[in-house]
Amino acid sequence: MPSIQEFPFGAFVVETAFLGDTAVFALGDGTVRRVDGPVAESTPLHSGAILSAVTTADGKLLTGGDDGLVALTDAAGGVERVAERPRKWIDHVASGPSGAIAFAVGKQAFVRFADGRERAFDHPRAVGGLAFSPKGLRLAVARYDGVTLWWAGTEAAPASLAWKGAHLGVTFSPDGRNVVTTMQENALHGWRLEDSKDMRMTGYPGKSRSLSWSAKGRLLASSGANAAILWPFHFKDGPMGRQPLQLGAREVTVSWVACHPRQELVAIGYQDGMVMAVRFADAEEALLRRPGGSPVSALAWDKTGMRLAFGCEDGAAGVVTVAG
Amino acid sequence: MPDTQIPVTVLTGYLGAGKTTLLNRILTENHGKKYAVIVNEFGEIGIDNDLIVESDEEVFEMNNGCICCTVRGDLIRVVEGLMKRPGGFDGILVETTGLADPAPVAQTFFMDDEVKAKAKLDAVVTVADAKHLLGSLADSPEAQEQIGFADVILLNKTDLVSQAELKTVEARIRSINPHAIVHKTERCAIPLDRVLDRGAFDLDRILSLDPEFLDGHDHDHDHHDHDHDHDHDHEGHDHDHHHHHHHDLEGQGVNSVSLRIGTLDPQKFFPWIQQVTQEQGPDILRMKGIVSLKDDDERYVVQGVHMIIEGNHQRKWREDERRESRLVFIGRKLDGAALMAGFEACLAA
Repeated sequence: MPSIQEFPFGAFVVETAFLGDTAVFALGDGTVRRVDGPVAESTPLHSGAILSAVTTADGKLLTGGDDGLVALTDAAGGVERVAERPRKWIDHVASGPSGAIAFAVGKQAFVRFADGRERAFDHPRAVGGLAFSPKGLRLAVARYDGVTLWWAGTEAAPASLAWKGAHLGVTFSPDGRNVVTTMQENALHGWRLEDSKDMRMTGYPGKSRSLSWSAKGRLLASSGANAAILWPFHFKDGPMGRQPLQLGAREVTVSWVACHPRQELVAIGYQDGMVMAVRFADAEEALLRRPGGSPVSALAWDKTGMRLAFGCEDGAAGVVTVAG
Repeated sequence: MPDTQIPVTVLTGYLGAGKTTLLNRILTENHGKKYAVIVNEFGEIGIDNDLIVESDEEVFEMNNGCICCTVRGDLIRVVEGLMKRPGGFDGILVETTGLADPAPVAQTFFMDDEVKAKAKLDAVVTVADAKHLLGSLADSPEAQEQIGFADVILLNKTDLVSQAELKTVEARIRSINPHAIVHKTERCAIPLDRVLDRGAFDLDRILSLDPEFLDGHDHDHDHHDHDHDHDHDHEGHDHDHHHHHHHDLEGQGVNSVSLRIGTLDPQKFFPWIQQVTQEQGPDILRMKGIVSLKDDDERYVVQGVHMIIEGNHQRKWREDERRESRLVFIGRKLDGAALMAGFEACLAA
């Protein structure tokens, strides 16, 4: 039976992650909370809300806030102020290889390299989302009418992936061959990079905001329906012409998803605060947190997949130990 | 809908009309409330308020590029960001540029599910410059739309025009939008409860469709009475059952059509209003109605922005009320006679 350790943090949980064994939570009150053992420690960081957060390859939490600050927090609570844009909102952050990070302010995306050098990338309209490719310094910028792929380290001309509409979030498949966006419309859109072939993924009753690749990148799990929708990417033509896997169907909308790092299973968070883990093979469900709360707004597994951190819009958050 | 939705006031007005003056007033007045303000540029906002957010107007077209399906992407992003802050707000003010179309702003609060869950449109407030309004209206479709779209109009800088000029401007405003509440002001001096918390898109608060023209100065007696019933529905002077006004002084400009008939057959009315808003949605800026349905003791109220319409039963008809059906359309190229003919065809047998 899973055990659950829960904290009332009292502010919107924007992101959660594990830095080594420490569960961290980035909150709307500008703090980062760290849970290692029985208590949660608080690091005051942003003077406003944290708007976006992501873990870096070297095990830190990268945050961007509506105070214009971009910062890195380590597992011990050490903070490095990376960049500042006074009076601007840092809408999105992304972490890349070799210590590179990216952040977006309105129409501009910035890449900051490990040596402190910074480079700006301009777009005609606001940046909807950022992601680095798994290999190489390639930055995908989701925007209106498609995605721009920049080579962050060179002056090479960017590539453009076109699809009409507003693209919000963006992710590369773990093999780097596909780019998928969430859209303002109730749909995902994907491109196979080798030939820019479009992949439309539709049928969501609501906006899909959370995407997570399964172990080995075989499936892409998504929120926005009353079940987790998992699109297969291990076929030659990706998800085209195939039915997605639907797991954890309830009367309640799925608000967040996180695939297990090793096994073929997905943690699903719902609008009513419930969290379940569901296995792909037989749709076997395990309840991890009971319903009765605000929407789940963040989920993250630790490296081994033994513990799952969760956070909700009303600030309820915690760690579920699944086994061990 | 939960009443935890934060009210959003949209502030429009042509360049130089006094929007910033009104904003500064709202932000400095000692009301003990917390407002977030979304502006196009920090510009002359004189207050250092960390809840002022600068945002580029960014219109998202959905699906087919129709005006009715456009939303403001920047507002979605900013509203969602604001909701992450603990403590919440008493309201959000959205200032648009002088040239902005108010429709995508309004539609954002109906079309985006996440935004709709957290915020609700309270009113469109338009600040108009008494001295320059006629000129702006003559050569700017945006200025006409801002007047046409408004729930509340501040006819500002009245000290700069003569009484005769003021009358002309008032008449012109009425020709475009006879149903907004108009306040005459100098330097946007007005009690804030005339501007904020109006509930103009709240079906429960559609009380009357009659014109109101208020001074902004002489109504302080009901200052503490937010929900005062403005029931001006006693139309003693007017016994014409089949009646429509058609205001259109400037040909192709924004105008209004007011229709009034008796009790309707719901089987005919609902398909008709659906069809009208689908077919003429791009030209209809706003629509409001209070209708009487056959075999139904309750007032039915509708309101719409372009193609988006909402309707609901409101309350029982009172004994002293005349049961009648009234609709008001504000838009472009409205054919009053055709609308009236269609509306009359909905009369209950």
